Formats: sequence, C-alpha cells, structure tokens
Amino acid sequence: MTASLVLVGVMAVLYACGVYLLLEKSMTRVILGVLLLGNATNLLLLIMSGPSGAAPIVDGEEALPYSDPVPQALILTAIVITFAVSAFLLALVYRSWRLAKEDEVQLDDEDVAIGTRETQPAEAPDRGEPDSSLGDALDDEAEASAADPALADERDR
Amino acid sequence: MNLPLLLVPLVVLLPLIGAAAALLAGRRPHLQIAITSTVLSVVLVIGVVLLLVVDATGPLVMEVGGWQAPFGIVLVVDRLAALMVSVSAAVLLAVLVFAVGQGLADNDADTPLSIYHPSYLVLSAGVMNAFVAGDLFNLYVGFEILLVASYVLLTLGGTEARIRAGTTYIVVSLLSSLLFLAAIAMIYGATGTVNMAQISDRIADLPAELQTLLHVLLLLAFGIKAAVFPLSFWLPDSYPTAPAPVTAVFAGLLTKVGIYAIIRTETILFPTPELNEPLLIVALLTMVVGILGAIAQADIKRMLSFTLVSHIGYMVLGVGLGTAAGVAAAIFYTVHHIIVQTTLFLSTGLVERVGGTTSVSRLGGLLSASPLVGVLFLVPALNLGGIPPFSGFVGKLGLLEGAAAVGTPLALVLLGVAVAVSLLTLYPLARTWNLAFWRPAKEVPEYRSALTAELQDNPYEIATVQTRSLSKLMVGATVGMVAVSLGLTVLAGPLYSLAQRAGADLQGTERYIAAVLGGAP
Repeated sequence: MTASLVLVGVMAVLYACGVYLLLEKSMTRVILGVLLLGNATNLLLLIMSGPSGAAPIVDGEEALPYSDPVPQALILTAIVITFAVSAFLLALVYRSWRLAKEDEVQLDDEDVAIGTRETQPAEAPDRGEPDSSLGDALDDEAEASAADPALADERDR
Repeated sequence: MNLPLLLVPLVVLLPLIGAAAALLAGRRPHLQIAITSTVLSVVLVIGVVLLLVVDATGPLVMEVGGWQAPFGIVLVVDRLAALMVSVSAAVLLAVLVFAVGQGLADNDADTPLSIYHPSYLVLSAGVMNAFVAGDLFNLYVGFEILLVASYVLLTLGGTEARIRAGTTYIVVSLLSSLLFLAAIAMIYGATGTVNMAQISDRIADLPAELQTLLHVLLLLAFGIKAAVFPLSFWLPDSYPTAPAPVTAVFAGLLTKVGIYAIIRTETILFPTPELNEPLLIVALLTMVVGILGAIAQADIKRMLSFTLVSHIGYMVLGVGLGTAAGVAAAIFYTVHHIIVQTTLFLSTGLVERVGGTTSVSRLGGLLSASPLVGVLFLVPALNLGGIPPFSGFVGKLGLLEGAAAVGTPLALVLLGVAVAVSLLTLYPLARTWNLAFWRPAKEVPEYRSALTAELQDNPYEIATVQTRSLSKLMVGATVGMVAVSLGLTVLAGPLYSLAQRAGADLQGTERYIAAVLGGAP
C-alpha cells in the first residue's frame, strides 16, 4: 500500500494537537480537540484508500486507474456525524456557560477531598513531604478557594 | 424474497419513521405517545417473529438495496441478534410506558415530552441497527445513532447537574467512537473490506502483531462503551443524573450493546484466543472495583450504576473464557441483566416518588408507606444478587460451570472472585432494603450506625422530589418488568438452551461466513 508522507504527517500533527486540546480544562478547547481528532481520523481513512490522484468513479470503456471509493463514502458519513455531534456539543457548552458563567471543567469535590485527605494531619501542608503533583495541584486549588470565599462559593454552586 | 427477510430492515426503519412522525406531532402529546408505543410494539412483534424464524431455519441475511454481500451493506440476523432485538424491544416498550406515566403525573418542564419521544425512537433505531449490522461501518453508524439520541436524553431539560454529567459522557463517548472509526480505517487498510464476514475470512492472513493491534483497538473502543473497568469511570458519574426512565433504559441497553459488540469481536472478527487471558483479568478487575464502588454509595441510583459496572465483568468473563459454554452463559446473563437492571432502576424511580429522594441516608419507612414498591424492589434485587431460583442464579451458575470447565488457574481464580462478588452484591442491596424499607421513618434524623458512617452521598443531586403520587402506568410498567424477570426464571430452561444454540452458532466462523457470503458451510 502506498501512502502520501505529507498526509501521514498532517494526520500525526492533527492527532497530537487534538489530544493536547482534549486534555485542557476549558470546554471550548475540548471541542476544538474533538474536531481535530475527528479530522485526523478522516485523514486516516483517506490514507487507507491508497495513492491519491485518480477519480473514484470512472465512466467509459477504457480501463482507467481509479481510486477506491469506499473510504471516501465512509469519510463522508463520518464528517456528517462529527458535524452533528459538534453542533450539539457547542449548544451544550453554551448552555453550560449560560448556567455557570464559566467555560472551565469544574473540580470534582470528591477528588479534592481525596487529594487533600493525606495532608490534613500535617500542620504545615506546604512544608510537608512532597506529595504527588496531582495532590499538590488539588491542594493549591483547595487552598485558593479557601482563601477566596467568592471562588469557593462559585465552586459550591 | 421471503417475508421474514423483509421484516429485518423494519426493526431499524420503523423507529426512524416513527421518530420523524413523532417530531411532526410535537404539539400533540397523545398522538406522540400513540406513535411511539405502536412503533415499539410492532418492533417487539417483529423481533419475536424473527427469533422464531431464525431459531427454526438459520440466519437471515438481508442485502440492502439488492447489492451483493461483500459490496453492499448486509443486515444479518442470527440467534444472538434476534434474541437481543426481542429483549431490547420489550425493555424499550416497558420503559416507554413508565416514562409516559411519569410525564403525565408530573407535567413539568424537566421532561419536555415533545423532544423525548423522537429521541427515544431514534435511540431504539440505533440499538436495533447495531444488533442487526453485518458490516463494521454500519455497526459504527448504529452506535452513533444511539449515542446522539442518548446525548439528548441525558441532558433533557438542560439543568446544571445534567449538563455537567452530560459533558463527561459525551466527550468520553466521542473518544470511543473516534477510536472505533480509527480501528475501522485500519481494518479496511489491512483487509480491504468492512464486511464482518469477509474481515473474518481475511484476518487470519495478516501478521500476528497486526492482528493483535487491530483487536486491541476494537476492544478499547467497545470497552469504553460497555464500561469495562479501567474505562468505566464515566458511567456512575453520568447515568444517575438523568430522569429515572432514561437511566433505566441506558443502564439496561447501552452498555449491553457494547457487550454485544465485544461478543461479535471475540467470536467472528478475532476468534483466536490470544487476548482471552487479558480479557479475564479485566473481567476480574471490573467485578471487584465495581462492587467496591457500589458498597460506598448512599444514593441508590449511584449504587446501582456501580453494580452495573461490576456485573459487566460477569459478561466479559463469559466471553473471555473463549468456549461455546462461556459465550452461551454470557448471552444468557446479558439477557437477564438487561431486564433486571432496567427493572431495578424503574423500582428506584418509584422509590424516589414515594420517599422523595434516592439516598438511603434520608429514606425510611418505605415498607409501611408502600408495600407494593417494597416487593417491586426486593424481587429484582434478589434476582441481581443471584439468589436461587431466580434467573441471576441460573446465569451465574452457567458462567461458573463454564469457568470450571476451562479449568486453567486464572479461570479458577475468576470462579472464586465471581462467587465473592456475587455475595458482595447482596450487601449494598440488603443494606438499601434495611435502611430504606425496614427502618421506621421517625428514626431517620438521628440514625447512627456503622452501616451508614462511611457512606458517600451523591454530591450533585440533593434536591427532594416534590411529586409524591404514583401513576398507575408507572407501577404497571414496573410490575410488568418484574413479571418478565420472573418469566425469565420460569422459562430459564428453554431460554438457556436457546442461548446455548446461539453460543454454538458463534463457535467457529465458517457458519457466519457461509451465511453472509454464500458457499458451503
């Protein structure tokens, strides 16, 4: 099977950016990540159809070279599905923004509780043993929200 | 062309046409209810007819648009597919009746009925399409149809809790769909086809590493959908926030479509036993982690969601054994679990109505308040725990026998774990019974006990449901489902032998390939 190196490179970059954006806390970036991943997967389908250049449907008596039309049909379906789902996701994020006035994924209270649990007995949490980075991050968040009552309120809501 | 063959596409087409009609009838709720219930009843009848025909004469293969098998799209109905179609149609119908009862009793803005019915029918079409798909891409489309409908149903009303739960659910589902699509792309690149029979025919020629890669990719995608352990975190977080009937149908059906896809993958696409041991280990972890999660929960809906994850492990166990007996037991257990899990969620919906909440730390005195609800909760709860003579016991017995017959050390470890998890399942269910039903209501405010000290309440839904009335339809639908689950117990013999025939069908790929592509079996 022959594949275009450029396409493979573009696909790899799209996948990498998509995964990076998907791991962000902002919902808008998560949507962008999903879109990039969707397009990367569509490119993967296209790459799987073999070398590019020929028409998918050939009419006439001559035996012309032609591209495999099946992946193109599959891509078309996948594009429509991704389109519909992104429209729904956008509406969902807009609704979530209208309700909560923020775009970020909120911290899970239970995770915060677990993250802060081990450090509770220690008198000075920031001078104690170095915890896992996750625990630290959660600690910081919890401390920040404890220091700023407005932020804490927001999170409780 | 014979008549049963023409019935095959109807299980997908009728719900879709019904959805369009229900959307047009958006301003007339009674007409919508009539359309939805008629369509689902007809699909149920078709499912049963297909099951009888397929059991008597062998698989039905419908070539859509008259294109021959490897080129066009095929719909394949074998015993497994027909069984799943019938059971799903029955569950969908019962939950619809419950939802209609709840909607008519509330009449509130939380469940806008005009959107509910079309989405529900689209969901049904997606589930049915996934079951009858003979084509990997058609399976993907089926999954997408049911997922898109489930996004709408999960976020019905757009309250903050549902949006929050929906976001996790949607992003995780999208990721699994993309993995599935990538797997399809690579399988197409490797074998040049998306027809399952032809893939099955060609996959053996591929290098072993490539086979393993494709196999793992497919299992990852289906594992997320089926909520198998490391990929199950999204389920207990998202399901409980939806309205009771929606949770019931999600818990009953959606994860089982994932299990169905795993069964197909393991028996038709990749029948080699290379991944059976990892599957068994995953099954073990799913059972144990799921049930430990359930024990910590105070909220009945969350507790049930965790037991759902745990019991998915039983089905994966059956598949992972890799024998006809194991697959047969997994099929029987899937059918049993679809019905019992849905029934339990419906009963919990009734509990919510009677007690005003689903948290056992605030429920009490339900048995004296409503003995009927008590019975409707107790029977499926005992069934889920696997108390003889209920169908849960029969299914677990089949799985244990399958594991014992395989006899490898890992299978024997799983046998022991499955028994222990089954016992542990009884614990949160019995605790719910003790606290919510047997504890007098006046003891609730000052109740202190080791039983509830470490329980975790649902952090997001602490609102009390205002409506305390039970509509006849809601009770009727739950009674119907309990009756079906009891019927499953009474008819366990014939049903189990049907599951065994379905399992035997899937042993060796030749029969499936011959049915779809023609040629001698």
